Amino acid sequence: MSIDLSQFHAVFFEESFEGLELMEASLLALDVDNPDSEQINSIFRAAHSIKGGSGTFGFVQVTEFTHVLETLLDRVRDGKQTIDADCIELLLQSVDCIRSLLEALQSKEEPDTKRAAQLASVFQAILDGGSDGNSASLVKVNAIIGESIVAPLIKTTKKDPSSVERSPVATRQQIGFNIFFKPSLEMLKDGNDPIRMLRELAALGEMETTADIDELPVLQELVPENFYISWTIELLTTCDIDDVEEVFEWVEGECELSITPMLEDSTVAVDSPTLYQLNDSQVKKPTTSGQRLVMPSGPLPSLDNLQLDITPEPVQAMAVAAQVTAPVKAEASSIRVGIDKVDSLINLVGELVITQSMLGQMGSSGESITGENIGKLRERLVQLEHNTRELQDSVMRIRMLPISFTFNRFPRMVRDISIQLGKKVQLELRGENTELDKTVMEKISDPMVHLIRNALDHGIEMPARRIAAGKPEVGTIVLNVFHQGGYVIIEMTDDGGGIDRERLLAKARTKGLVGESEQLSEEQKLELLFSPGLSTVEKVSNVSGRGVGMDVVRRNIQELNGSVEASTEMGVGSTFSIRLPLTLAILDGQLVTVANQTYIFPLMSISESLQIDEAKVSNVAGGSDVYSLREEYIPILRLDRLFGLCQEIGVLNDSLLVVIESEGQKIGVVVDELLSQQRIVIKSLEENYIRVLGVSGATILGDGTVAMIIDAVGLSNLAGKDIAAAKKMTDAAA
Amino acid sequence: MDTATQEHAKNILKHTASLVDQTSEKNFEDQKQYLTFLMQGEEYGLDILSVQEIRGWGNISPIPNAPAHVSGVINLRGTIVPVIDLRVLFQLSDSSYDENTVVIVLKVSTQRVKRIMGIVVDAVSDVFSLSPADKKSPPSVNRSVSHDFIDGLAEVKGKMVILLDSERLLHLENHG
Repeated sequence: MSIDLSQFHAVFFEESFEGLELMEASLLALDVDNPDSEQINSIFRAAHSIKGGSGTFGFVQVTEFTHVLETLLDRVRDGKQTIDADCIELLLQSVDCIRSLLEALQSKEEPDTKRAAQLASVFQAILDGGSDGNSASLVKVNAIIGESIVAPLIKTTKKDPSSVERSPVATRQQIGFNIFFKPSLEMLKDGNDPIRMLRELAALGEMETTADIDELPVLQELVPENFYISWTIELLTTCDIDDVEEVFEWVEGECELSITPMLEDSTVAVDSPTLYQLNDSQVKKPTTSGQRLVMPSGPLPSLDNLQLDITPEPVQAMAVAAQVTAPVKAEASSIRVGIDKVDSLINLVGELVITQSMLGQMGSSGESITGENIGKLRERLVQLEHNTRELQDSVMRIRMLPISFTFNRFPRMVRDISIQLGKKVQLELRGENTELDKTVMEKISDPMVHLIRNALDHGIEMPARRIAAGKPEVGTIVLNVFHQGGYVIIEMTDDGGGIDRERLLAKARTKGLVGESEQLSEEQKLELLFSPGLSTVEKVSNVSGRGVGMDVVRRNIQELNGSVEASTEMGVGSTFSIRLPLTLAILDGQLVTVANQTYIFPLMSISESLQIDEAKVSNVAGGSDVYSLREEYIPILRLDRLFGLCQEIGVLNDSLLVVIESEGQKIGVVVDELLSQQRIVIKSLEENYIRVLGVSGATILGDGTVAMIIDAVGLSNLAGKDIAAAKKMTDAAA
Repeated sequence: MDTATQEHAKNILKHTASLVDQTSEKNFEDQKQYLTFLMQGEEYGLDILSVQEIRGWGNISPIPNAPAHVSGVINLRGTIVPVIDLRVLFQLSDSSYDENTVVIVLKVSTQRVKRIMGIVVDAVSDVFSLSPADKKSPPSVNRSVSHDFIDGLAEVKGKMVILLDSERLLHLENHG
């Protein structure tokens, strides 16, 4: 009877990651001076379920580590151990450590246990340090850990004799354990399986067992529920004695057990130095690539020093990060859906079936459809439409998740970065229960991270400067999320120094993005923020400022059919406002015809539609037409020409002009006819074809034909020349 | 699709089905089946396993700024499928549409190409089996566009059939 446990792995990983998130959030929220026992309990529970789960699935590395963590938390819970800021830092590191272990296991790789072992030994030191939670020794320990993580060769710190009041066993010359294990007669009755323990032991290293069957009675006297065998085990491992003891944790008192360290000069020849080196080389990757550099406790270096020190880091760190993230995660993504959402779906499907059967009855009754009947038919068709739309909405809602899914990791990020920068910042989240499509959410995460990092690095000032400016010492970043129309608005406000428009302009001038004599309005100056290759900070830090920032942020958001705008006031702060559609899959569109083909404009990109008055059309040298619309010259684009549909150019008079807006620029597109507005389902064109400029996708119309959806940004790229000509005219007129 | 074409296509598919039965009975392990079609009188063959279905020509929406051989896209039960006119791609002189013009929908999912695409040809013709030994490599004299897509040549019932490689055909980047 063997159950394939791997089928539950996905659930375990998902739950464990959730547990880690919970731990992280609780740790961050924990008030050091006055810890809330409920929060400590929830941290403990999360650690405990991860331990339990990983034990069940045989992820020994995780079990071992969480066990030590749990022991410490247990003491904190019982009030035997005080918790302080360093302790929280350590616990946060452990969360990272467990996460990396789990991620490795998830992608079916051998997890790197070195860091776990280090952290575990620190915890052990704390535990051994006595019940009063000696904070001074903790700081020392912490510093050592920090050093060893940064140090190129961990081995050296390991050899350092002053290294920590470690657990009694020194792992260096020791190459394993001699274990004698004699289960009690009754062990099987308690549901413990010695074979399983041996298997767990075997996972720790190379193992040789000798079974002693002397006590085995003759068959007639054998009680099948009793256990008669004992073992002598030689285990070659680099593990701690705790790891070995852990295997036998559940049978303590039910067996005779002796574990003695086996030293190098004993019989078995194992080339242990090479073993270590191997481990070292494995260890270096994750430690340098770790998001957070471990800061030694004590006074923080000044910002300038820090930035200088770190300058070469990003390249290296990025290269390593690329290496580490390379393996594709073997995860099947899934969503948890509230039962109410499923219920409403079932109800709707029920209604749909009823409507269908009513219509079916009408169709098959053979009655001619006249007069009274036609009214009934229409009524039912309306009902069908109603049902369909509701069903569509409900299905879409399944993909909706509260935005806190993404936002929950921001507090940790803000904390780490602000410590790194020596700033004091608090993050306020508002409306984090606002729901957003999962796909949109996944794609908004990176731009958000970037914006927050920017705000931390450039926005919020150093504490001293803030005090001098009469502001509270602690800076505030507010993330506010709310619905507006069919959109979700994410507002990020900081109360920092604001964005200096003149500096932006000066920078853009030196980079040649803006001509020397060109005058820009205040908004245009701020818009420069989003132009490629512009960073206002002189020094490049690893937090932000590589100059690939804001334009990428904007492009990412535009790919989601959203928009981002900035507003700022010097000395008071800045606000970034991101507008996103609720979902990616459906869009309100305006159907138009051009050269007998139907095209769709996203309704949100259209600013107006008008009938062309030929008197207002002027021709610019070079063949492009512009239209004078309320003091502004907007380029007229011919879709038929841009899309290569036909070459002849008809008369413009009485044609219709759809004015669309892309990146702040208005464009007029000539269309033959405006058809209806309707909700359309976006289908990918790229799936079976290639990306087409000017088209964001396609949809299937009511009659089964395919229609292209116009992409305003792509269209303006296609017609770059015409737009430049119109811009010139507007500027000249102004 | 008009009835004549429909009948024709149906017959071919029936024929295919019976052939599949035969082969499984006779256990022709190495034999591969090919669907043949006509373009300007020439007979071409495609591995039948890559053929998803055969449709009449029609209801195609053009793709903006696509190369001449890309006719447009069709709606294949909710999937947007691009259609290329193989006759234009192969630079054949006549590429008119009549009642026999069909779209063969090909589906290839290999590591390199994962795609569903339709090809426009003059008419579908036959299905035959071929063992690899009977496949001759094409002469390497002239390097035309179509040459890149040719897998081999075969003689079937005294006629020459040009066998095409579906994977290369669907690899849009090859279309130069």
